[in-house]
Amino acid sequence: MKGLIGKKIGMTSFFSETGIQYPCTVIQAGPCYVTQLKTEDTDGYEAVQLGFEDKKEKRATKAIKGHFDKASVSPKKKLVEFRDFEVEVGLGDVLEADIFEEGERVNVVGTSKGKGFQGVVKRHGFGGVGMRTHGQHNRGRAPGAIGAASYPARVFKGMRMAGRTGGERVKMRNLEVVKVLKDQNLILVKGAIPGAKGSYVIIESK
Amino acid sequence: MMDILRDLTEQLVSKTDIPDFKAGDNVTVYYKIKEGAKERIQPFKGDVIQVRGGETNPNRTFTVRKISGGIGVERIFPIYSPNIEKIVVNKYGKVRRARLFYLRGLTGKKARIKERRFIKK
Repeated sequence: MKGLIGKKIGMTSFFSETGIQYPCTVIQAGPCYVTQLKTEDTDGYEAVQLGFEDKKEKRATKAIKGHFDKASVSPKKKLVEFRDFEVEVGLGDVLEADIFEEGERVNVVGTSKGKGFQGVVKRHGFGGVGMRTHGQHNRGRAPGAIGAASYPARVFKGMRMAGRTGGERVKMRNLEVVKVLKDQNLILVKGAIPGAKGSYVIIESK
Repeated sequence: MMDILRDLTEQLVSKTDIPDFKAGDNVTVYYKIKEGAKERIQPFKGDVIQVRGGETNPNRTFTVRKISGGIGVERIFPIYSPNIEKIVVNKYGKVRRARLFYLRGLTGKKARIKERRFIKK
């Protein structure tokens, strides 16, 4: 695997050479710094830790500062670990958007927009009642029955009900990279990605 | 952040030599059509009945209406499409609104658009 930490900038559209217009998402990807190399001996597994976006020096605790000093980079806001990193890296190295190529397929991980307390129609895709007459007057989007009666005399665990929706980790798989702008460290992927504008995302190879 | 997006959109969208036109104008759009391996250019001449989307919007489109063989034909073009070879403005029209959907209900002499003429300086 290879990956980068990025920031969702927003969406725009893109014309291919054949004149087909695609929606695409712009991601500010990098520069990412290698802040730690985890090894089998010291940590029990192999991984590469990347840092993205500078943090104010005064916002970093001494312990955090020490961690970044080991790699001789300034403190970063976002740290992410990648296992089985394909690209050969050393401590303190800079990774830019050009580790991905145009036409490559990637997965993008983000935190979806929080939607608050939502009913079962939005949250789980229930159909609702689908009728406005025949005795319905205030239950058009109700979940219906949630179980049987005196046997089992309880509601099964994991029953899909209303509740907090969104704000969870979502992975969009198999998105095409349509453009890589090396000098601005921007990556354009086809389609939408989870999260609000300005939120952190992880771009990883498939 | 929005600046990045705006700059990028400007980069991606080639906006060379698009003439200035709006609803009511009569234009000819030279549109590239692929037929198998061959490519040819098809002109589409008619009145612009709407322009949708802001100038910096990459999705900006315009609708051209013409009467072809007694039947009204409308086509929507993305203004920044690379398939548009060129756009020629034939006539500037004098109209009072930005969207001329009322033309759909009119035929013949009623469906004419008054021409806007400029005083030569």
